[in-house]
Amino acid sequence: MKFTLSWLKEHLETDSSLDEIADKLTMIGLEVERVEDKARELAPFTVARVISAEKHPNADKLKVCMVETGDGQPVQVVCGAPNARAGMMAVFARPGTHIPGTGLDLKVGAIRGVESHGMLVSAREMGISDDHQGIIELPANAPLGKPFAAIAGLDDPVLDVAVTPNRADCLGVHGIARDLSATQLGKLKDDTVKPIKGEFPCPVAVKIEEPSLCPAFALRLVRGVKNGPSPEWLQRRLRAIGLRPINALVDITNLVTFDRARPLHVFDAAKVKGGLVVRRAKKGETLLALDGRSYEFDTDMCVIADENGVESLSGIMGGEASGCSEATTDVLIESALWNPANIAQTGRKLGISSDARFRFERGVDPAFTVPGLEFATKLVLELCGGKPSEIVLAGAIPDGGRVIDFPLAEARRLAGLETKVGEIKRVLTALGFIVAGSGETVKVAAPSWRGDVEGKADLVEEIVRILGLERVPLTPFERGENGLRPVLTALQRRTRAAKRALAASGLVEAVTWSFISKKQAELFGGGGPELALANPIATDLSDMRPSLVPGLALALQRNADRGYPDIALFEVGQIFTGDRPQDQLVAATAMRRGAAKASGAGRHWSGLGAVDVFDAKADALTTLAACGMAIDKLQIIAGGPSYLHPGRSGAIQLGPKIVLAVFGELHPATLEALGIEGPLAVSEVILDRIPAAKTKASKAKAALVLSPFQPVLRDFAFLVDRGVAAAEIIHAAKGADKNLVAAVDVFDLYEGKEIEAGKKSIAIAVTLQPREKTLTDAEIDTVAGKIVEEVKKRTGAVLRA
Amino acid sequence: MADFKKLEAELLAAITAAEDDTRLETIRVAALGKKGSISELLKTLGTMTPEERKQEGPMINGLRDRVSEAITQKRDTLKRAATAERLVADKVDVTLPLRASALLRGHIHPVSQVIDEITAIFADMGFSIAEGPDIETDFYNFTALNFPAGHPAREMHDTFFFNPKPDGERKLLRTHTSPVQIRTMESVKPPIRVITPGRTYRCDSDQTHTPMFHQVEGLVIDKTSHLGHLKWILEEFCKAFFEVPSVKMRFRPSFFPFTEPSLEVDIQCDRRGGEIRFGEGNDWLEILGCGMVHPNVLRNCKLDPNEYQGFAWGMGIDRIAMLKYGMPDLRPFFEADVRWLEHYGFRPLDFPTLAGGLSE
Repeated sequence: MKFTLSWLKEHLETDSSLDEIADKLTMIGLEVERVEDKARELAPFTVARVISAEKHPNADKLKVCMVETGDGQPVQVVCGAPNARAGMMAVFARPGTHIPGTGLDLKVGAIRGVESHGMLVSAREMGISDDHQGIIELPANAPLGKPFAAIAGLDDPVLDVAVTPNRADCLGVHGIARDLSATQLGKLKDDTVKPIKGEFPCPVAVKIEEPSLCPAFALRLVRGVKNGPSPEWLQRRLRAIGLRPINALVDITNLVTFDRARPLHVFDAAKVKGGLVVRRAKKGETLLALDGRSYEFDTDMCVIADENGVESLSGIMGGEASGCSEATTDVLIESALWNPANIAQTGRKLGISSDARFRFERGVDPAFTVPGLEFATKLVLELCGGKPSEIVLAGAIPDGGRVIDFPLAEARRLAGLETKVGEIKRVLTALGFIVAGSGETVKVAAPSWRGDVEGKADLVEEIVRILGLERVPLTPFERGENGLRPVLTALQRRTRAAKRALAASGLVEAVTWSFISKKQAELFGGGGPELALANPIATDLSDMRPSLVPGLALALQRNADRGYPDIALFEVGQIFTGDRPQDQLVAATAMRRGAAKASGAGRHWSGLGAVDVFDAKADALTTLAACGMAIDKLQIIAGGPSYLHPGRSGAIQLGPKIVLAVFGELHPATLEALGIEGPLAVSEVILDRIPAAKTKASKAKAALVLSPFQPVLRDFAFLVDRGVAAAEIIHAAKGADKNLVAAVDVFDLYEGKEIEAGKKSIAIAVTLQPREKTLTDAEIDTVAGKIVEEVKKRTGAVLRA
Repeated sequence: MADFKKLEAELLAAITAAEDDTRLETIRVAALGKKGSISELLKTLGTMTPEERKQEGPMINGLRDRVSEAITQKRDTLKRAATAERLVADKVDVTLPLRASALLRGHIHPVSQVIDEITAIFADMGFSIAEGPDIETDFYNFTALNFPAGHPAREMHDTFFFNPKPDGERKLLRTHTSPVQIRTMESVKPPIRVITPGRTYRCDSDQTHTPMFHQVEGLVIDKTSHLGHLKWILEEFCKAFFEVPSVKMRFRPSFFPFTEPSLEVDIQCDRRGGEIRFGEGNDWLEILGCGMVHPNVLRNCKLDPNEYQGFAWGMGIDRIAMLKYGMPDLRPFFEADVRWLEHYGFRPLDFPTLAGGLSE
């Protein structure tokens, strides 16, 4: 919402400066986004007289001028403008002045050997227009030495206020002035509109077919007007706020819109046939609107029609056919009330923004419907002449007047603000509220223009914002009974632990979009209709991600394309298996590319190859361990989801049903579908699936039991079918004597020459931990025999000679 | 006599000349072994008369001791030489560069770090962390938060929608973390003190907007908390978060459908020289919105606004991260460019705490 300072002062008597007014506006909730003060910007540019203009001795196109600036001795200025001549009045800038058009600060200098002590400027050099034909020429009576801005009418600062959606009343200068007057920064002038007596009945009938969309519609004819360009003051005012003057009748409607937040419409009465009907549009009806575009309507939209058809789109924009031109002699002035939600919906559907829509969808003052029409009539009569008809009012102005029971202590309860009763009454009254009663609870009636005020809290806001938030004292907030208690949930703790553990494993945390392309979503088990956005911002950001893998894989490829092929990234974030809250899970996904192994990335003198399934497995187990999972309780099952290499992937499970994680190398077909290159090793842990730790009564750990007997290590090498999983051999060895076998590790694996085809050699180290006495050689041999036997029975492995 | 001297001289010469342990052992066996030359001499002592023994004994024993000592010394010499030789052979180039350790390569994203910082500060004030789903219903994202249907305030949210279901329900991506306020008030009996960090979405994209971003909101509901407490909490937070001894804040009235009164908060800063410093300067920078929870919102959560009251605030996590750590642009937060992540990211073990300081 833009307006000029002089415009504001038509409504507000004040001695306050521009800065004071702007600051106050911001501090009462009318945030000033910009102040354009040409008078200040152009202050160094003053009126001067050119006494003489002689040809420059060393340049044909330059002149050496003597310039009288109004303070003392004439100064010498070198000027290249073709229109510089003796006797003219011009605009002068001293050395040191910043020239907006060139961006430079003016210096005393010699131009082709002749000193120049300033500059005679063009409009472009001052940054006020594109005109650079020559220097500005002022009338002969321009006051010497005075600022140029004042003479040019550029000295009226423009304020641009961001009006919040609840303050429809401040979409007019008058409303802004009222708010300022409540702060005692100035006095609101009496702007009461006097009714204008009609000289004849309005000949055009109005019928409202749809009162829910149009509660009231006031209309008046003014006959015998002379339309044409509006007067200079009005044109200048509209231009200052960025509007284009059209003609007096149209300019008047714009003025009332911005002065009183009351949009109006004017019809050329000669072009209206029959009475006006306010009704729903018929499907497919169209209108060529005043913006030159044609709109097609549906039956939810409200229009004003006559016998010719639709003439205006209610509350948003008039039609070209019945619009006022310089030829208009009889004008119909409309002031109506519209359904805000309907206006908003229609404007959105049709994509029309207008100053009228902006106000009607926020809610105009219903009580000002007829006064607004009277105000416009007054201006029409003043600027265009003519004879007014009586006003015809269809429908009825709705009763406003919400009355609120307001306990005076409410400002202290909600805002912590100590106030005097008198202050509260003064503020509310200044804002147009009526306060009645004298007890601890008073009755407050809201003015018709404050449709946003519903209850006590709104009144507290009015009081606090006008008295100033700085009056609310800082009040320490006690820590309360939650102090010192842990505040994170188990899932939150795991999320943090997973991030730190993966970063500590050399991976870099990324945050990627929650949405991916449909094709990618489908590739990773998603892409269902309930997770597809209806209005995606781009086609590759259309579906909620079922996995973090595609986002990270593509990110790694982008890094590789930039010259960083050996990178490890991770993300801990949400994935979506459906659209219900419980379908959203937290995944911790780690992905390594190229040679980005945990022990180091890239080629190195110490050797190391490409990332593989075991790097992925290590990341998954690291994450699970960091989240408090006991690793020895987990099963590793060969094979993973279809996007992973079937022979180089696995799942980490807790029992047969709970899949905590998957890991592996990406399937070649996945790489191809994503258009990326590997090798890529990935693990994805679903943090929600990790079971909660049992809460224990005591934090004390179980007692440490140490065996006094030395552990014994025995090695076994087995020859076994290639397809037998190492886990089976380990499991068998552990099961051979659960009391004695404390650990089993694989320390050698061999396939190839010297081994029969289809077989592999696998060597395990078994740790025996005696608990009651030192083992004899015979006892050790017995256990060893049991281990060999058990492994053979379970896996068909034979001990190598 | 002369024989002894000659034998000793021969043996000592041989010991000195021995070039390795094997040769030395041969010499030792030849002299001091069972049948060694000195051992043989020692055997003769038994056959001597006491007088002879008294004279010969010390000479033979002396011979034995001196030869034995010479062998021991020679053995040490040879060992030292061998060690010295091996040390020369073992030499490596210690200037060879190592791989960066995992702790040096890994980095935490600024968003995670800042969430941890915010959590540390508010946990100390007795706040819990609440979370909610990204996919929300119209009720939780708008209606319960007092956005009237069709109101321009709704339109300003640039909402991402899902396709309507057969029953007409249309889910959406939450445009703010405020739905978590509703979910919390529905499920927790006051007093309530929570902060709600999370991802939020708006279909908007330019230099300063991304379709996905992070917000954190705070909510306090009890029977006494008012704007004075809110101002205090936010000022304490800003001092702790920006790690400055004092900040100057400005509270301006504003409008949000879900709070009444509503405020926006500016923080004073100095923007000269291309970086922002808080606690000094003459510029105001808007950092958050807040207010007293709107009575309609309380009613929507079945709380009586005459009995319960409280406040809420919300701010952009990415934005305050940018302000604190100086990232000039929002978009790279989500581009996963490892150069950016390594530059602006944090070390894995730099866990923000109030005890140790939020940042180094």
